[in-house]
Amino acid sequence: MELDKFIQNFAAQFEETEASLFTADTKYKELAEWSSLMALSIIGMSDEEYDVKIKGDDIRNSQTINDLYEIVKSRI
Amino acid sequence: MAYLSIPNVVVRGMSACVPQLIDENKNYPIDEANRNKLITTIGVERKRISDNNTCTSDLCFKAAAKLIEDLNIQKDEIDCLIFVTQTPDYILPATSCILQHRLGLSKECFTLDISLGCSGWVYGLSTICSLINSGAGNFRKALLLVGDTISKFTSKEDKSTWPLFGDSGTATMLEYVTGNAGLYFHLATDGEDFDTIIINDGGFRNEYSTESLIKKKYEEGISRTNLQLELDGMNVFSFAISKAPQSVNKLIEKYKIDKESVDYFIFHQANLFLNEKIRTKLKLEPEKVPNSIKNFGNTSSASIPLTMVTELREKLISQKLKHIACGFGVGLSWGSVYFETENIICPKLIEY
Repeated sequence: MELDKFIQNFAAQFEETEASLFTADTKYKELAEWSSLMALSIIGMSDEEYDVKIKGDDIRNSQTINDLYEIVKSRI
Repeated sequence: MAYLSIPNVVVRGMSACVPQLIDENKNYPIDEANRNKLITTIGVERKRISDNNTCTSDLCFKAAAKLIEDLNIQKDEIDCLIFVTQTPDYILPATSCILQHRLGLSKECFTLDISLGCSGWVYGLSTICSLINSGAGNFRKALLLVGDTISKFTSKEDKSTWPLFGDSGTATMLEYVTGNAGLYFHLATDGEDFDTIIINDGGFRNEYSTESLIKKKYEEGISRTNLQLELDGMNVFSFAISKAPQSVNKLIEKYKIDKESVDYFIFHQANLFLNEKIRTKLKLEPEKVPNSIKNFGNTSSASIPLTMVTELREKLISQKLKHIACGFGVGLSWGSVYFETENIICPKLIEY
């Protein structure tokens, strides 16, 4: 599992946010487009791409895209 | 391994009843952009709301009375009544006892309440079919009454629950018929996440107190008391996109069901975004997957039979059909069933 690919998959869920804003250190919940509905898309992406279950607390307790990457990686 | 194959049972009829009062989500008091996004995602434009004098048992009673009338059967042939709900009339006694009398059923009647939500119709069906088959002719006809009035315990100031849930009560009539192939089930449970969908106070773990009545604000648009429904949408989503398709696939594999030959896949109406994910994951054509969520919302345990009555009625009353239904949610609890219907009795949707 690669970080770059994960960031790409993460960014693909967004429609309006510029691709350049997505890095490992992006605090994704501070993005203007972030919403509780966007969280569902990220959970769906993790299920589809990695067959990994992200729960509500994982979203609530993580800050950066890298935080989520580490969570998904640890469950593969 | 909770697989069941239950022969000698057929579905004879289905009916559904909803309150008259329509609540339009376009009137939900949050800002317009967020409201439109919410409606598009959950797929609920409007839902039915019961008034203070109407309980789930009233909706189920009306659905059952009409079904019995249209089936033209004698009430004393009904040897079993199961009521599945999380909104009973009282803490005790069991509402199924009240319904036995109210429907004028025989005193020689087996009655049982089951406390399950979104998986409730599938679980209730597995229980009632098992009893009919075990009865070997002594349980001639059996009534499965399933429904909820979730609007009674959702906070109007909670955007994660109030716009989503609608009220409905349904009735399904089963009959003992020897030699019939019957129904196939897969059933499952994961209580680790029991607090994903929960009402915290008012039971015996956290007894009702004055604290229970204090409304707390959790985030913008989410305020409720501990006597109202709390729903962790992210956990529900994460659970359902994996377990619902898995359950359907397990059922198909276990009983070697020809997936292509199944006419309809009826899913619990959780929310449209989630249901579409489940549908695409299972690679099902939209025509095979009816939805009632747009006009009735998430109707908890009633959603599968309500969807069949509102979306498939013309076909149910005139054709032979193969179905797979899948319920998933509060518990967490989930299950799938394969069954066939042929020209069943199905009254038009009833209004209370």
